[in-house]
Amino acid sequence: MDFLAEYFGSLNPLSFLSALPGNIAQGIIWGLMGLGVFLTFKLLNFADLSVDGSFATGGAVTAVMLINGCPVWATIIVAILAGLAAGLVTGLLHTLLGIPDILAGILTQIALYSINLNIMGKSNLPISYRNYTLVVSASNINMAILVGLGICAIVIAAMYWYFGTEQGSTIRATGSNPAMSKAQGININFTKVIALALSNGLVALSGSLFAQYQGFADINMGRGAIVIGLAAVIIGEVLGEAIFRKHMNFIIRMLFVIVGGILYYIAMGIVLWLKMPTDDTKLFTAIIVAIFLAVPYLQKKRKTSFKKVAKMNAKNAQKEG
Amino acid sequence: MLEIKNVWKTFNKGTVNEKQALCGVNLTLNDGDFCTVIGGNGAGKSTTLNAIAGVWPVDCGQILIDGKDISALPEHKRAPYLGRVFQDPMTGTVADMEIIENLAIAARRGKKRGLSWGVKKEEKARYREMLAEFDLGLEDRMSSKVGLLSGGQRQAITLLMATIKKPKLLLLDEHTAALDPKTAAKVLELSDKIIAENNLTALMVTHNMHDAIVHGNRLIMMSDGKIILDISGEEKKNLTVEHLLEMFEKASGSKLENDRMLLSKDK
Repeated sequence: MDFLAEYFGSLNPLSFLSALPGNIAQGIIWGLMGLGVFLTFKLLNFADLSVDGSFATGGAVTAVMLINGCPVWATIIVAILAGLAAGLVTGLLHTLLGIPDILAGILTQIALYSINLNIMGKSNLPISYRNYTLVVSASNINMAILVGLGICAIVIAAMYWYFGTEQGSTIRATGSNPAMSKAQGININFTKVIALALSNGLVALSGSLFAQYQGFADINMGRGAIVIGLAAVIIGEVLGEAIFRKHMNFIIRMLFVIVGGILYYIAMGIVLWLKMPTDDTKLFTAIIVAIFLAVPYLQKKRKTSFKKVAKMNAKNAQKEG
Repeated sequence: MLEIKNVWKTFNKGTVNEKQALCGVNLTLNDGDFCTVIGGNGAGKSTTLNAIAGVWPVDCGQILIDGKDISALPEHKRAPYLGRVFQDPMTGTVADMEIIENLAIAARRGKKRGLSWGVKKEEKARYREMLAEFDLGLEDRMSSKVGLLSGGQRQAITLLMATIKKPKLLLLDEHTAALDPKTAAKVLELSDKIIAENNLTALMVTHNMHDAIVHGNRLIMMSDGKIILDISGEEKKNLTVEHLLEMFEKASGSKLENDRMLLSKDK
């Protein structure tokens, strides 16, 4: 028992609180990435794994351009364009060559690993806030949170507008019912490619911001990104539905992806605060996402299941007997 | 209007599952023809409709609409000419989108879809009026998700979507088969009304011989991928189920051994 007392005694609530703003800032940046995943996974119904690659591409492009003296806004724009191109490749692999969605994404992801190495020239490029003007940086967390929220607001507004337009509606229709879409004259190959490109552009934007925030771009910074993006989407959805129930509209759904990203990073903050080994963080990520993926299913099961029928019948039999 | 010239289609060619679905189908529909299509399972009724819609390319033959050969066009490029209602009420509508959004997507069939707002204000009033005519109470639920509606309501919406922009040809593929008898009758009545009011050319596949006789001005019967009967005019008006069965036996040289059709010959 002594070791438990010692362990809990060593936990300092203040250290958790002091880490909180940093967690929130990272959560916001990853929430943007989550919006990209939301676009493909939820709206297009396409499990796109290329994001692991395009997230790092965003960081790589920004780092290399900054080092070569480009202004930070230009690096962000080019990062987004690079992401668009990556999504385009996944889209063409899927639509022109008939490669299944998950495989097309994996192929792009693996190809991007080499491409990212080529962009960076080595596996890690430091871009310290001391040497470059950055949009977000861990050196000024409050500012990073504000800027991050501002960018999120712009992106959510843009997505709300776009998916309300004639063209955006065709993407939603394609994801929900491809047969109907074709019958209504929608070229579903076109809509898929557009959606994948936009999604990866968004993911690359997030990667660019994250590289700036942490002060370096790394070839492995996108590893497991899809899982974190999914975490943001799923946590946000479960929570949003619990709070808003039937009143969940499109804007709230997107806002809750950002909330999901923040909550995910707070959860990771708690894990680290509990002094769990950092080697195991990916394991915890998987556990957190699995829990939130399971919640809607288990909730439904609680309401209606075979076991429940058995219980109810047994109870009734007892009463009668 | 519609011309189908010697269309052939074989599925799974060169495998044990090879199936000759269409064996030289020829059909010409005149403007305003409302033609019902009957036949046993696997006779090629739905396959014919899918060939027209371009779900897959045919092996050979031509399909013309108003003299324009559409047989080389992919499905989404034929959509401007066609209105389609499917057997499965889930197929024709997007469950995750509002009724009004579904209608707006259909209203833009064949038009370029740009970056203007997906549902314009002036459209709302128009759709409201159209839905009110259906008398299903849907005009007050225009911003409900279609997924919340019943199969019959969804099929009615699909019917409206298929005709909201007047198609050259309306394809009804057993569109009442998945509905209960009362709802089926209502949807059929709606179909009749819409076809008559807009003077549409239509092809309607059905398993119900009675429906096939009562509706439309023309009836074709298919068997083994061929059209074996084509009845129109006075002859169609005076047709009875018994007479039709007799003609089928004569034309195909076999008895109609299809439970689903025989069972559904009576109203």
